[in-house]
Amino acid sequence: MKKLLFFIPVAALAILSLQANEDDKKGKKLPAVTIKDMAGNTINTAEASNDGNPIVISFWATWCKPCKQELNTIAEEYEDWQDETGVKLIAVSVDDQKTTKMVEPYVNATGWEYDIWMDVNGDFKRALGVNYVPHTFLLNGEGTIVYSHNNFVPGDEEELYDHILEAAEK
Amino acid sequence: MKKLILPILLLTGSVQGVAQQVLLPAVSGNVETTFQYLNEDTLIGAQQPAEKTVMNSYALVNYEYKGFKAGMRIESYLPHILGYPDRFNGTGLGYRYAGYNHEKIEFTVGNFYDQFGSGLIFRSYEQRQLGIDNAMDGLHVKFKPMKGLIIKGIYGKMRYNFNSRLENADGLVRGFDGEIDFSEFLGLLDSSKFKMTIGGSFVSKYQNVTHPDYNMPRNVGSYGGRVDMKYGRFFLSAEHIIKENDPSFDNGYIFNKGHGTFINFGYSQKGLGIVLQAKSIDNMSYRVDPGATLTDLQINFMPALTRTHTYNLAATLYPYATQPVGEVAFQADVLYKIPKKTKLGGKYGTSISMNFATAYRPVRHTSSESGIDLQDSSRVTYKTGLFEKSDSLYYRDFNIEIKRKFNKHWKGTIKYFHFDFNNAVNVVTKDANGIISSHIGVIDVQYKINRKHAVRMELQGLWTHKNADGTKQDKGDWATALIEYTISPSFFFAVMDQWNYGHPQESQRIHYLLGSAGYIMGASRIMVNYGRQREGIFCIGGVCRPVPATNGLTITFTSSF
Repeated sequence: MKKLLFFIPVAALAILSLQANEDDKKGKKLPAVTIKDMAGNTINTAEASNDGNPIVISFWATWCKPCKQELNTIAEEYEDWQDETGVKLIAVSVDDQKTTKMVEPYVNATGWEYDIWMDVNGDFKRALGVNYVPHTFLLNGEGTIVYSHNNFVPGDEEELYDHILEAAEK
Repeated sequence: MKKLILPILLLTGSVQGVAQQVLLPAVSGNVETTFQYLNEDTLIGAQQPAEKTVMNSYALVNYEYKGFKAGMRIESYLPHILGYPDRFNGTGLGYRYAGYNHEKIEFTVGNFYDQFGSGLIFRSYEQRQLGIDNAMDGLHVKFKPMKGLIIKGIYGKMRYNFNSRLENADGLVRGFDGEIDFSEFLGLLDSSKFKMTIGGSFVSKYQNVTHPDYNMPRNVGSYGGRVDMKYGRFFLSAEHIIKENDPSFDNGYIFNKGHGTFINFGYSQKGLGIVLQAKSIDNMSYRVDPGATLTDLQINFMPALTRTHTYNLAATLYPYATQPVGEVAFQADVLYKIPKKTKLGGKYGTSISMNFATAYRPVRHTSSESGIDLQDSSRVTYKTGLFEKSDSLYYRDFNIEIKRKFNKHWKGTIKYFHFDFNNAVNVVTKDANGIISSHIGVIDVQYKINRKHAVRMELQGLWTHKNADGTKQDKGDWATALIEYTISPSFFFAVMDQWNYGHPQESQRIHYLLGSAGYIMGASRIMVNYGRQREGIFCIGGVCRPVPATNGLTITFTSSF
């Protein structure tokens, strides 16, 4: 019995330190860039939070068909995903001045429920090293980037959801 | 008791360990390389360079730690891929910066990108696929003295060339921009329904150039303001920029002032979006070197007021690019989603999107009644007003798209376009004069085989009008067929054939066949293309670059970290 009393804290310590090491390896968080959201409010990207639940950051543009396909496909499941994991999706538009005025009408006409950020001159995209859209990141509850995927083909939303479930459990 | 001390010490030690998992330096970036092995193809005019292979490579690294940031990009052109300017050559540092971000002030020394307002007065950006990179090299400051007020300042040279290292043009660009967001500024506007932002900019270039016939100005300024308003479901924004006299190769070395005006109005609600836009441009070519051409050294950004089309026949044959020398353009967009579970909308709803875009030449008054004397020494050659359009059509584009998901497996889109394209203004072909009119139809169907496999097929047709003598305009009719097979999350394969089946000359009825395959692993992608690609104008966001015909293998690799 006494040996058990000794064993438990040591085991807990070992697990905690392993966890710390794992997080250290991937410890990348969102860079701090100032952009606006679709409503016109100023956003500091490093302050994105979701009460300890996972966050999906998806870069898209109104001219990018696979981006719209990805976000429309997820939109069909979004409510279920939110109920199960509390995930929040932030869709970052990289539309520049040619097409940025189309973002709000497109989002509203299509009926998306996501947060929409406007990265008009590509500052946030550049800071994250994104080359092409679509590019989707998943942040766990601590704001650490745990998944990064470019391109979209039908079925990719299922792989994303598997990772969201994993991140939500931790 | 002794037996408990050790575990307690260890536990507190471990808690400290976790707490020390503090902010680490954040490193991010990407690498990209495009390699081509080219064949000669006399039928389409494709050249084989002496080296047979060409390659562009880039590696970008950004470093950020506690507000301090630095980064660089190494580029390599060995030699450059086709379509890039010939002067691009060698391997070396193409972009580097260091700076500091603080709550109230941010500054960067070295290379930076930014834009003022919509970019109509100043925009510095990178569009790698077009070979555009007008990065600034100097000092960038962003000052936020209080909530809702942002003041930006720029000062530096502009990137022009890459010859084993970054090379800037002579001349300077300097300017500042202020923006006030009334919702956050001094609590002046305390409404969640009404939002308003105003801004003002001033930019000046310094150029040390001479001309045999004219006294070239050394400093040319431009200035203007903008307002952005949102009220409930409506938005209205406008920007107006004036440029002082700036004789250049683009405008024929005249000393007229220039103006650029842009107005947007829109309404959106769930299921419906409407956008109306109008643009009036006169003499707004503004380059660091007034002798520069094509996409070199542009200080401002004037995208075409058109929809960027992605279907091959609509995007590559008759694309329109803004005429910086002058145009009056209008665009209207209506997006509507027929609700789901209705008779007309079907189980999932149906999306309808309509777009109309047109551009005209502005009127130029050259008579003495307008105060113009072509014989005087002012070299002001005309007068024109705001939105004063003539009847000379540059471009007209009407298109409508209907998209519908039928069931778990089938999804389809049909789209129709009508183009009227004035080739005399935007020369894309030598086989036609004046206005080329065409109809385009597209059918795009996707079949989802199972959870991970899907196949998509596209069929497109383009039919031109006939000339007065009964022959087809330009190259006649085209058809494109595409089939794409995807395996989530890692593979895609596609074959596309673009066929000029209706060319007036039988020998020119060429098939442009292209095969592609790709492999994706997380944030990396490798793609292989093999086949023939037409010569044409390649546009992204209304900025275009002529691309020569190619026949061969292209491999691209991109990865973000």
